[in-house]
Amino acid sequence: MLALAERMLRDRSLAEDAVQEAFISALRGLSRFEGRSSIKTWLHRITVNASLTKLRQLKRLGEQSIDEHLPEFDRQDCRIEAPWPYLATVQEILESDELRARVSAGIDELPDSYRIVLQLRDIEGYATGEVATLLEISEANVKVRLHRARAALKKLLEPILRGELSK
Amino acid sequence: MSRQHTTGIWRWLKGLMLKHAHRMITCKEFEDFVLNYLDDDLPVAQRSVFELHLRLCRECRDYLAAYQRAQELGVATLGPGEEAVPDDVPEDLVKAILDARNQ
Repeated sequence: MLALAERMLRDRSLAEDAVQEAFISALRGLSRFEGRSSIKTWLHRITVNASLTKLRQLKRLGEQSIDEHLPEFDRQDCRIEAPWPYLATVQEILESDELRARVSAGIDELPDSYRIVLQLRDIEGYATGEVATLLEISEANVKVRLHRARAALKKLLEPILRGELSK
Repeated sequence: MSRQHTTGIWRWLKGLMLKHAHRMITCKEFEDFVLNYLDDDLPVAQRSVFELHLRLCRECRDYLAAYQRAQELGVATLGPGEEAVPDDVPEDLVKAILDARNQ
């Protein structure tokens, strides 16, 4: 649960608080646990909710601009994209501690309102509809945010993916 | 004629073709389909238009490859990782919860 909260909040101390609150919620809601889902799924959901509550309390889920990291087009709507003679593999990048740290720093530059959609759908495996319910936004909005988050991540990680940073 | 000038003319012609030719979409329109394409959630006709654009546009091919690689890298970095504590709930905790619920 702590590992999950830390993935959601990107901060150990906040994650510890969220897990504590998740346990309190779990105890309070124990009578409502009907055994339809596994306990693991139930606790996972409670931890996700506690982490989201924490993010909301810290006002980290508000609308934030991501425009500077989005793809660029010319006046004819043609993409502006320099050629990619080299594209590093995930394995090559993660072998280097320094590059791994740079990837993590790049991810931290994503606004939370976008990063959290990426986290819930791509990492934690929630369906689009479930993410919409958890974040209290429409499914269409989840899709828009997910695509923008991935596009922004591509731009933020571009120097690493192009092999421009030394290992 | 400079290389930059030639590239400019080529981009202008490409822009015209993508905007006006039958079954073509612009790179900006292509962007709107990326998520559904990767989710395998595009109707056959739209998928075929998307893939035609992909064959014709070097920029969008490069972009899509890097977009997918960044996504894989994000998953590998943001995910639990091999050395992380397993997500499994300990058996004694499961038992304690079930006991408490049954009281």
